Amino acid sequence: MSNTKTFAKVNEAPTLFNVVIGIFAILIVILFLILPLGLIMKEAFGKGLKVWFGSIAEADTLAAIRLTLLTTAIVVPLNTVFGIIMAWALAKFSFKGRTFLISLIDMPFAVSPIVAGLIFILLLGPRNGWFGPWLESHGIHLVFSTAGIVIATLFVTFPFVARELIPLMREQGSEEEQAALSLGAKPWQMFWKVTLPNIKWGLLYGVILCTARSIGEFGAVSVVSGHIRGETNTLPLHVEILYNEYSFTAAFAAASILSLVAVVTIVLKSLLERRINKGG
Amino acid sequence: MSIEIKNINKTFKDFRALHNVSLDIPTGKLVAILGPSGCGKTTLLRIVAGLETPDPVAGADIVFDGVSASGSPVNRRRVGFVFQHYALFRQMTVFENIAFGLRVKPRSERPSREEIRQTVHDLLELVQLSRLGDRYPDQLSGGQRQRVALARALAIRPKVLLLDEPFGALDAQVRASLRRWLRNLHDSIHVTSIFVTHDQEEALEVADEVVVMNKGRIEQSGEANDVFRHPKSEFVMNFLGEVNIFHGRFEDDKAVFGQVRPPSGEAKMLVRPHDFDIRRVAASGGIPAEVIRVLTAGSIVKIELLDQQKQVLYVHQSHAEYGRNPVRVLDQVYLLPKSSRIFRNGEDWVGDYVI
Repeated sequence: MSNTKTFAKVNEAPTLFNVVIGIFAILIVILFLILPLGLIMKEAFGKGLKVWFGSIAEADTLAAIRLTLLTTAIVVPLNTVFGIIMAWALAKFSFKGRTFLISLIDMPFAVSPIVAGLIFILLLGPRNGWFGPWLESHGIHLVFSTAGIVIATLFVTFPFVARELIPLMREQGSEEEQAALSLGAKPWQMFWKVTLPNIKWGLLYGVILCTARSIGEFGAVSVVSGHIRGETNTLPLHVEILYNEYSFTAAFAAASILSLVAVVTIVLKSLLERRINKGG
Repeated sequence: MSIEIKNINKTFKDFRALHNVSLDIPTGKLVAILGPSGCGKTTLLRIVAGLETPDPVAGADIVFDGVSASGSPVNRRRVGFVFQHYALFRQMTVFENIAFGLRVKPRSERPSREEIRQTVHDLLELVQLSRLGDRYPDQLSGGQRQRVALARALAIRPKVLLLDEPFGALDAQVRASLRRWLRNLHDSIHVTSIFVTHDQEEALEVADEVVVMNKGRIEQSGEANDVFRHPKSEFVMNFLGEVNIFHGRFEDDKAVFGQVRPPSGEAKMLVRPHDFDIRRVAASGGIPAEVIRVLTAGSIVKIELLDQQKQVLYVHQSHAEYGRNPVRVLDQVYLLPKSSRIFRNGEDWVGDYVI
């Protein structure tokens, strides 16, 4: 509502042009965002809560949920740590090639997830990957296993935390850290008491986006997973399999979980944005 | 705690920020390092604190009370460092900011909760902010933030207190009162202190001793009054206090300041605004000038004149002195320097001059 208010302030009487644009925007939102979400929910819950629950409780679906949660539980903490380290190095130090490295962080976003998956097959594939045969001979199976899924997801979701933190840390500079050290703090005390509180909201924002993407990642995971039911199937992959088998209700039931994750993410994200804008 | 700075050099990429800087600061003194921006003063201060490392040159060392500090990192030097932009912890209250240095001590040295509370309260009282302990830094004015930063630095009972342009970001009035306050504070706690400033008035008013720096070197150091009265170089005289500069040339062992400004300014005569007598009639050594402005509003009378080289000159007189011989705009007068310095290519030159 506040948006319409500012709009009115700039242009007291809404002209025909404004009205047309407004209607157009609302139509787009309904057609592309609300309608699809509604349809998913209708298909998922259309035959009653019992049926929905039955589809979810199916063994392969539960296994897919479990694998997705496991992957997320490994990937998010790792990428949180990597992201903080990366952002620290890039924001608080200046060295040759710094700007290049910052743009390189976006690589996983720029490249198609399918390509990202193929890169890992190429590197780690058991028969003709660069490191695959060597790893295989040492009994390490990375591709078509949980490890492969974790690695692919790590790659795809790496930028979220670092990207969020770099501008924040650059803006804050390192004077507070220097002050903490001059007051006798050890480096880890400086980090826990000064750095982390200063970046906490931005960090949380990055973590939420990273989590959402870890749960929802399809392309890269699809390539490295091998689609072994009950073993290397994540929830998004499982939705596809169910759909291809014409188990529409089951597919939409699984999809409804992913959609709920998306809705929760958006709500948290907007709450956090308000918090960050307040200068927290 | 005395501080010895020995043979410090610092190079950033291809820029030499400090050249062989050595300086002794006796215990309990408040010393100002003064110089234009980019002269290396802040770099020197940061090296003393351990926030920056000097170039590894033979003999380079920072010594506190006879003990070398070069090996200890900043968090073990126990220096109180006050940053130009305060660097208060934005997520902590004023109280927590001041308590920080006590809370991060190893468990064996850490004071009890009650002791910390007491110390912080005493410090808040010392910096006259007793009632603002619960505020956050962004709820304070610039002057208040600066005092919190000072209290936070004092909480660790520092061996030395280092202040980087402590009043640089404040407006003139707050600055003047905080300056006096800092002087009084130092008189009551006697911790050896160095502060860096580009404001000569600030340095002369607050410090026991003044160190003037230029282009990474120390130009002169000594008691504020000494340095002001007996500047060793043209740079120091020009930088400390206001000064009128006359440009001339050398002829037959005499400095000549003629009607036109010579293109090569090899001869310069520097005269402070308060070192002129104003005469109505020509006198030997008198500089002819025309009064263009007289400002009597203020504690001194400021007179602006135009000399033969069409250069604006500034003369300061007391109201009493002005009252004996008041001049008016467009009066033609002669300025007789009571005291002046002549420099030949930046070096002191002693001899006669003609106008």
